Order: sequence, then structure tokens, then C-alpha cells
Amino acid sequence: MTSTAFNKRGAPPPRFNALRATPFGLAAPLRGAAFSVTRRDFLRTGGVVVVGFAVGGGWPRRSGAQPSPGTIAGRSLDPRDVDSFLAIQTDGSVTIYTSKVDVGTGLRIAMSQMAAEELGIPIDRITVVEGDTALTPDQGGTGGSTGIPRGAVEVRQAAATAREALLTLGAEHLKRAPADLTLDGGEVRPVSGGPGVAIATLVGGKRLSLRVNPKAPLKDPTRYAVVGKPLLRPDVPAKCTGQHTYVQDHTVPGMLHARVIRPPAIGATLVSVDESSVRNLPGVRVVRIESFLAVVADDEWAAVRAARTMKATWSEWSGLPGSEGLDRHVRQSAVERDEVLVNRGNPSRDRPDVKRLTATYWWPCQSHASIGPSCAIADFRAEGTTIWTATQGTHGMRASFSRVFGIPADKLRVIYLDGSGSYGGNGNDDVAADALLLSKTLARPVRVQWMRQDEHGWDPKGPPQLLDVGGGIDAQGRIVDWETQMWVPVTVPGGRPLLGVDAAAIPQPHGQSSGNISQNGDPPYAASSVRVVVHWLKQTPLRPSNLRAPGKIGNVFAVESFTDELAAAAGIDAVEFRVRGLTDPRALDVIKRAAAMIGWQSRPSPNPRPAGGTRLVGRGMAYARYKQAENYVAMAMDVEVDRSTGRILVRRVACAHDCGLVINPDGLRNQIEGSIVQTLSRALREEVTFDRSRVTSVDWASYPVLRFPEAPGVEVALIDRPTLPPFGAGEASTAPVAAALGNAVFDATGVRLRAVPFTPERVKA
Amino acid sequence: MPRYALRVNGRASTVDCWDPGEPLLYVLRNKLGLHGAKFGCGLGQCGACTVLIDGRAARSCMTPVSQAVGRAITTIEGLGTPERPDPLEAAFITEQAAQCGYCTSGMIMAAKSLLQQTSHPTPDQVKQALAANICRCGTHTRILNAVLRVAKA
Repeated sequence: MTSTAFNKRGAPPPRFNALRATPFGLAAPLRGAAFSVTRRDFLRTGGVVVVGFAVGGGWPRRSGAQPSPGTIAGRSLDPRDVDSFLAIQTDGSVTIYTSKVDVGTGLRIAMSQMAAEELGIPIDRITVVEGDTALTPDQGGTGGSTGIPRGAVEVRQAAATAREALLTLGAEHLKRAPADLTLDGGEVRPVSGGPGVAIATLVGGKRLSLRVNPKAPLKDPTRYAVVGKPLLRPDVPAKCTGQHTYVQDHTVPGMLHARVIRPPAIGATLVSVDESSVRNLPGVRVVRIESFLAVVADDEWAAVRAARTMKATWSEWSGLPGSEGLDRHVRQSAVERDEVLVNRGNPSRDRPDVKRLTATYWWPCQSHASIGPSCAIADFRAEGTTIWTATQGTHGMRASFSRVFGIPADKLRVIYLDGSGSYGGNGNDDVAADALLLSKTLARPVRVQWMRQDEHGWDPKGPPQLLDVGGGIDAQGRIVDWETQMWVPVTVPGGRPLLGVDAAAIPQPHGQSSGNISQNGDPPYAASSVRVVVHWLKQTPLRPSNLRAPGKIGNVFAVESFTDELAAAAGIDAVEFRVRGLTDPRALDVIKRAAAMIGWQSRPSPNPRPAGGTRLVGRGMAYARYKQAENYVAMAMDVEVDRSTGRILVRRVACAHDCGLVINPDGLRNQIEGSIVQTLSRALREEVTFDRSRVTSVDWASYPVLRFPEAPGVEVALIDRPTLPPFGAGEASTAPVAAALGNAVFDATGVRLRAVPFTPERVKA
Repeated sequence: MPRYALRVNGRASTVDCWDPGEPLLYVLRNKLGLHGAKFGCGLGQCGACTVLIDGRAARSCMTPVSQAVGRAITTIEGLGTPERPDPLEAAFITEQAAQCGYCTSGMIMAAKSLLQQTSHPTPDQVKQALAANICRCGTHTRILNAVLRVAKA
């Protein structure tokens, strides 16, 4: 099977066979008998597993093999059912179904490892189907580092339930007591040895018809054989040979290529269109719906040329404040309400022995800046509509698009295909709406890919964050009266408005959300009193979104920078200062580990050593417990700063990371390394700029990111806690990066950087 | 419609393009079904579309089809397969040097170009050779290690 299978209408959705060299483990279920034959169910009654008969559903085999409608008959999507999460095929292989998608994070292999462990089958017999509203249960969208702790943990519990049932069935078959049996190598077999029975024989191709038992016992972690191993990700070989099918590569017969023409000012409306401006381009059609303007063509290049050539007149609009001096604008923005998030201890305002400091920190508006512009294909049909998308939430997309476009949910199927890294909510949802709007209008399948300026200019943004932090230290160097105030946009329910839908004047909710952006605003250290207040702003200049580790990066930047300021003011070593304020042994472990890795020399900052020429060196530390409830991460950084140019060179990064149980150490390391490098890029380079009308950072020249010559060496230590639950790891190690960097720069230079990005101008100022 | 004779991955093919300025990238992807090279920016800034033209890394998004005629074009599909990867591809797989992987083809082709000119580059030479290729997921360390793995071999 090659990737071309995806290009045929009716081809199966993407599925990944763990450890197979190619990700196209298409051989079994959807094409073969497993889903189209009558099958027998297992009905569990009174503790006895009874083999019963039931009619199973089949893949719709209609003329043209259109892969709609929205549900597949006989396929359970109820998250209370084991069958919703996994199927044991006739050949004994296992298919996992999940709404959590692997956006390059290694979730496929990690989830497969957890299921393989409970089911006692080889990892290469597991295939994962992800993010298909017709096939996968709704476990929520992929975000907030929930892929493992919710997505994979639910699959694991379904697998553990199936394990119990298989042992019971095996006991009947082998006429042995279940306690004498084990599940291993795809067989139920006696612990004491002797012949077993294959799970394929017991249940292959049949439904289990069991509710997930939340108390089904899990395998003892001390006996793990697959979890904890650095198994290779199944998607990587195809990605490294140009064979992996991204949504950008997917084709549907008869599909048109489209480009959407966005206005030159964000709130502008379309006044007139000069269709003659694209008349000489072959096969180009212009679609205008109110202020939604697009060009479509059979030939993609014709659509690209037409979008460039198109002459249109737009109204004037200048409703933005501009990014210059945005921090002042944010401080003066209208507040919806104030909320006291943390209020503990009693402030002691008048103590003469306390040295008090205040500081203001600024995190700018940033873009997901996906390297591949967002892309989607929509095929609108009365009998059933299909969208192929790289959205991180296919079920959520189906629900919102169903309402907005008036398509019954059971007639709308949303299928995930990998895209370029999206890190939260880039343009994927908007481009899918563009495609559906055009397909519905033209009654043809339509592929839309944004251009570079669309992605940088129009992806919803990580909103700016302004923080004031105050606090003091007493004569013993203890933290007194910590207070954080933050100014961030309020959450308005209803979902983010879709660009094309607004432009076409189709009614839709106008919600506003950027994820849980107020977390980690309090210090993790002992303090006489702590108060955190959020000034929830009614609005933020650009449409906000949940950009990776929403809010936490900026909040930890402020909290951990200020902690460093207090330590320096107290004349206490930064590691020592943190250690004094902590009692949680897991927190202490990561801090001590990261300090040891970087070769931390205990002394106060800044670095008193005489500088060699203009190059100054320093080291910084930052620590966070993600969301104050999940991963423990400590990060130490070794930097060199050129005093004459203001250029920062990060020489080494050492990270100690404790996320509980480690499922796949190499996948975990990959996520941590990527989190660190990406956040260094955000801290050193990235800021969305805009004038009164539009975003002006619309390519890689105006929105620079970190490149190879600046990439540091990254060392990661994983602290495994096999008996504790696993947390996700796509976000946590982003949180301390900017503070560790800023603290290291302070150590090297004595310059405290309180505004991101850390440009040479700010270093020299 | 004008017809162009191309030689891609050692194979001769002809394509019809209404515009002699159509970038090679669109021709490869839409007319020859070679999806390895990716559209990233269309501006020559990110390297996701990198292919080899006469053995040198080139931006297929900036190369008009008319200028690709008569030259040897190599895309990532011309290297290896998941089952039989080229040594550089194998090194990327061993190092797991991809997350989303959208930049990977371009990285491999840029590194291929370097290795064909400098078989044993230093880490700094590899960094400079890849300086114009963007990875957004932050897999730089692994990509560097993958290229050096081949450079040392």
C-alpha cells in the first residue's frame, strides 16, 4: 500500500501502524471484512461473558465510495464503550481509535505502548486511527497536554477492561481458572506454561460490547515491558523520505484549488471587484460572498496568480492600536472584571526589615507561525459532507461547522490528516471554513491552502500579556508579600469566530478564548503572603488563540524573573534561594538535577568575574510546576552576551523534567528539546507587529525565528516515576525557558530583561 | 499550451504549463505527483521546498519551470524509501529528527547538497548550510546530529 491510496475518493482515513516502516497499515480493518461482515458480539451478563450475535456495521459502499456520512453504522463512538476505543481484528491485530491526534508529538507510539502493555500484544500489531468524527470517540480536542493523561489513559483503561474479558473468555476456552492465565504475545495462556489460545480466536473481528470498567486493574508498572522503552515513532520513516501524506498533499478527484483574498485592513469590507483583472488567467472563477473574496481554478498556480493579480476595492479601516507601545495600550484597556485568583497569608505592609521591589514584565503578541500554511479540503454534498483537515479538534470542528453552515452533524464528517506543526490553534479551522464555504457554493470539492502572508497575518494569535509583580525579602532572605497583577483577555464563551464566515456575513458566535492563560501567576515558593489578581480585559487587539502553553510561558517568565530579582537583591545564590522556599521533594529533585547538569557554581548574581573583552558569560535557573499541578521542570542555561552588539548566544540548556510515569523516553525528550528551542525562539526573536489596520509581520523576514546557527546544545534529564500517573509533555518545558534565559543574561551582564523579545537593543539599553 | 521536458529523479517527463513562470514546486507537486517538496512561503525564506538542481540545493518555489529544463532535478523521492532509505534519510530516522516533519524534506535535500560538496563537514558548516531552512518544532539538535552522523561515517 502506498500513499496514493489516500488520494482516491473513499480511501481509508490515516492510520498508523506502530513500528512499521510506513504508516500505511491499511491492510486490515476498513478495507477488509472486519467492518463489513456480520459479526458476533460479546454480551456480558452477570459476570459471565456470553458470545452473542449482532449485526455489525460496514463501511458505506455506495457508488463512488464517498466516505461519508457522518457516522458509520455499527461503530460505537460512546466513550463508555470499550469498542469505541479499540477493535481486535480477525488476524489478532488491534486498532485503537482516538480523537487525540499526533501533531508530531509522538502520541501514536506512546498510546500504542500503553495499550500493548495491557493487551499483551506486540506493539507492531497495533494501528491507530485518530481524529475521524465517524470512527473515533470524542475525547476532546488535542490540547493542554491532554493527549497522554486523558487520551491515552482512556485507551489504556479500555484495554485493561478488554484484558479482563479476554482472560475470562480464555478461561472458558482453556477450561482453566482466569487467575491461572496471562495475556501475552497475542494469546491467553497458562502462567505455568502449556498451550494457549489466540485473542483472534476468542474475539477477532467481533465486538466486545463491554462498558469500560474504570476499576479494571492495570498492569503492575514493575512488570512493564513496552512502556518506558524509547521505541521509534511510526510516522518518521515516511516523513524522512517524502512519503508522508499531509493534508497539504491530499487530493480528491475533481477538486478545485482556491485562494482566499483577505482585505488589506482587518475590518475592511469589500466595495467592488474588478473581475477583468483575472480574466486572462486560465480557468479562474471569482467567488464573492459579501466581503468574502476567493479565486478558484483547476490549476493551483492559476489560483495563486489570480489571487495576486486580483484588483478589488476595500473600505478603509484602522481600528487597531498598533503594536508600538502596545504595553501602554494593554494597561489602559477596558476591564471586564477583576478576579482574585490566589489570596493566602496576611500581608505585612509596614515591616521596616523588608526590602521591597516591583517590576513590570511584558510578553508580546506572537504567532503560531506554522511553517506550512494551513490547508483543508472540503467536499460538500447533500448526502454527506467531508472535510479533511489538520485541526487539533475534529469533533469540535464538526459541532461548530454543523451549526454555522446548517449541516446536520450526522451528515458532516471531519477527518484529521497531519499538517505542519500547529502548536494550538493556527489557521487550520479558518482554512477549513474557507474550503467548506467554497465547496458549498460551487458544489465541487475545494482545496484551500493559505499563502505565507495569510498564515502570519491571519492566524489567531497568542495574546499579549502584561504583568506587574511586587514583593519583598526579609533579613533572612525569605519572600514577603508577593503580589502578581496580570492584564490578559477575558474568556468569552462561544468559540473563536471563523474569518471566512464573518466575511461572508453568516451569523456565528463571537467567543474569545486563549486557553487557561492565568495559571502559574503565583510563585511556587514559601512566602508570607501571596496574592494574584487578574484584570480580565474585554478585548485584545488581534483575534486570540491558545498558542502552546497559553499564558504560562509569560506568567512563569514574570514569576521566575522576579524570584531571581529577589534573590539578587538578597545577595543569595539563585538556586539556593529557590531551594530554601520549597519542600516538595519532586521540585527539589529537578532543581538540583538541572543545577548539577550545568555545573552550577553557587554565588549571587550578577557574575562578578571580570569580563574577557566584550563577551560576558552567565548562567540562569528557572523552575515551574506546570499549571501548579502537573510536571516539575527546572531549567539551567549557560549564555554568552556580546556587550558591543547586544547579541545573546545560548551555549547550553540543561533541563530536568518529571512528568510522572515516562511512556516513551525518546519521544518525551524530543518534545522537551523542541519546547525549549521553540520557546527560545519566542523569547529571543518573536513579536507580531501591526499598524492601525493590519499585521505587518507577514513573513520570515518580518517575523524572524531562531535558526540553526543560534540553536544551542540541549541536555535533558528525565526523572521517571513509574508508579505515578503520566502527565503530557508538549507544553510544560516551555514554561521556564524565557526566565532561565533572562536570568542568565542578568547574571552575565547585570541587565534585567523584562520585555520579550530580548532584542539586541533591549540588551544594550 | 507550452510543453516542458524535465528530468526528475533520473526520469524524463514532459509537463504542460500555461505559464513559463510557474514555479517548479507546483509542477512537481501537482503535475508529477511528487509531494515531498513542500510549500512553505513561496518567497525562498524557509527551505521547505528545497530540491537539488544539478546537484545543488535550490528553492523550487522560486525556480520557474522554464529554467528547470535540461537540468538534473532531484527531489527527496529520488533518494530512498521508508523500506530502503538513503543513508542520510536513515540517519534522520535513527535520530528521530522530525516532529511534524513538514520541513524535513527540505532539510534533507539541503544537507544532501552540503554533503555532496563537503563530505565531512564540521558542526558549524552544517549549521551554516542549514541556516536558511526553518524548523518550527525545534528539532534543530536532532537534525544536526543526523547530518553529522553521516558526515562522520
